[in-house]
Amino acid sequence: MKKVLTGNQAVSWGVMRARAQVIAAYPITPQTTIIEELASLVSDGKLDAHFIKVESEHSALAACIGAQQAGARTFTATSAQGLALMHELIHWAALARLPIVMADVNRAMAPGWTIWTDQNDSLSQRDTGWLQFYCESNQEVTDSVLQAYRIGEQISLPVMIVLDAFFLSHTAEAVDIPEPAEADAYLPPWKSDLIVDVDNPRAFSGMTGVDVYQEFRYLQHEAMLEGIKVAATADKEFGEIFGRSYGLIEPYRCEDAEAILVTSGTITSTSRDVIDAYRDRGEAVGLLKIRMFRPFPIDLVREALRGVPNVGIIDRNICPGFGGIFAQEIKASLYDMEAQFRPNLYGFIAGLGGRDVTPKTIEGILEKTLHPEKTDHHLNWVDLKV
Amino acid sequence: MAKLKDLALKPERLTGGHRLCPGCGVPHVARLALRCTDDHLVVGASTGCLEVSTTIYPYSAWKCSFIHNAFENVAATVSGVEAAYRALKKRGAVKENFKFIAFGGDGGTYDIGLQSLSGAMERGHNMVYICYDNEAYQNTGNQRSSSTPMGSNTTTTPVGSESYGRVGKRKDLTAIMAAHHIPYVAQAGAHNWKDLSRKFERALEVEGPAFINVLTPCVPGWKYDGKNTINISRLAAETCFWPSYEIDHGKWKLNFFPKEKKPVEEFLKTQGRFRHLFRPESRHVIDLLQQEVDEYWERLLFLCGKSDKAPQAAK
Repeated sequence: MKKVLTGNQAVSWGVMRARAQVIAAYPITPQTTIIEELASLVSDGKLDAHFIKVESEHSALAACIGAQQAGARTFTATSAQGLALMHELIHWAALARLPIVMADVNRAMAPGWTIWTDQNDSLSQRDTGWLQFYCESNQEVTDSVLQAYRIGEQISLPVMIVLDAFFLSHTAEAVDIPEPAEADAYLPPWKSDLIVDVDNPRAFSGMTGVDVYQEFRYLQHEAMLEGIKVAATADKEFGEIFGRSYGLIEPYRCEDAEAILVTSGTITSTSRDVIDAYRDRGEAVGLLKIRMFRPFPIDLVREALRGVPNVGIIDRNICPGFGGIFAQEIKASLYDMEAQFRPNLYGFIAGLGGRDVTPKTIEGILEKTLHPEKTDHHLNWVDLKV
Repeated sequence: MAKLKDLALKPERLTGGHRLCPGCGVPHVARLALRCTDDHLVVGASTGCLEVSTTIYPYSAWKCSFIHNAFENVAATVSGVEAAYRALKKRGAVKENFKFIAFGGDGGTYDIGLQSLSGAMERGHNMVYICYDNEAYQNTGNQRSSSTPMGSNTTTTPVGSESYGRVGKRKDLTAIMAAHHIPYVAQAGAHNWKDLSRKFERALEVEGPAFINVLTPCVPGWKYDGKNTINISRLAAETCFWPSYEIDHGKWKLNFFPKEKKPVEEFLKTQGRFRHLFRPESRHVIDLLQQEVDEYWERLLFLCGKSDKAPQAAK
């Protein structure tokens, strides 16, 4: 069934097809229309879920943790300040090994007080143990929600689906909604060790001594690494049923490329057009889209960038005092590659606080990557007005 | 209402072997609460004495399901559990009847958890929230909370040449919860099993949220001999420092009216945290505390229909 949906509605319809049983959320721009749509779907009887309208994002995740631990499939959504308010429990959900699914609509952190997109909110949660997927289109959003439950429930870890504020969240495009029977076949009902099991009552999150905590962390890390394989399989099987798959990363027109741009989110779509135009002119350039940011698919990234002379990484985020966060990850991933295959890397910061990243902007970045004589390896600010 | 003998014969759902202090006012209150329903239970606890002492991984002193999720959010967490239970019961995945109890200390309830508590109560979850109020952050070693009484010597309001201890009045949390107009709100002390068990039974039987605020003396924080816990709690009632009352579907009722209202001094002198108030230069603090207690009592009498005298504006 095809429908014209905004990115936020695409989240909600994915959640409906995943048959989430308990939803707890608190409104914040630009996430709000996700939960409004979910409220409507519940009110109209299209989604059989308990929607807890909590008094804060912190309580939203607390309620999801309680519900998930009690055996329900749960969902929440937020942005920026709301995600930051959840931070304590974002760690908690991951260490308690709860496959909660959350949508984060990327919004820049304040101040300056802003509602526009960048990735610093979700990237600030990098080290919490949530899987993170950055989406490029509304279709990918719906599909990634279904995949998120499938992946998270297999490895007992929470999953964050990330989409750009407004460029996706409030922009409508045609989305093929999976049929309920097909979605059910892809995503079996969630079964957990119920807390509300009278024969086997459990106690969760007790006081932990120095003798076991490190092992919890080890197991969490191993599960994250397992997530790379599980996500690849989940994406492949999704493709077999629905005819669409995305990969954990996507190399686009990379064959024999002299230069590759690395992107995430909606900057990817714009970059595709620029790459096409260059390729049409016969220039050997390509694009690498990073969809899965955590766990970071190191081997896939190394393979995709192996032997490429010049790589430009576009970061819609900034780690103050260091540089772009995707660039940092890629640099770390390639460091121990054999020197003759290791690309020259160039970091670019663009589009913070929702500033438009146009084809012209991306052309500029691509030129600086193709002809890097004056390009800084580490950090280049794009369209800077100071 | 259950008899003591019947309650004693109910299965023990919080076993011994936990690590709460000898003489602590909390465990027998929790054990009593768990005896006040025959339904299955999920217990949630905010970070605090009860939580850290009863679930030391991989052990649990709880015979029922137990969930801990940080400090400020036990009410939100249990609301999630309760919603999941309803969702699963509707689908037939759970057949048995469950009740839900959230425990929080005064730090986790009056202070950092107040927003979460308020939200959960307002939303109408079918849960009982029990605050075990030991009048300071006792798990971390007696730092003042908004429940700490005036003049109390805590580690963050230490008595010194420029300080007589905690300044200002305690927060009236029970009244704040009454203002949520939930089905049942009550206040009680750790000493009176009869009053407590009747309140727990009522809270567990009403449909919707219930809140009970229980004064639970703390041996190391209040500084007294552990054998005196029950006596000190009783003195709190007899001096009207901690009156026992309830608000059942909006109706205020006083549950204990002392024949002779003892001076608050009788309560204060039993505890090391107030010892310094008996020095001549601090006696005025005892007068201020007495005044606070008297004003509260007058207002309570009026609200409970025991007095026609409208409460005076607080001085």
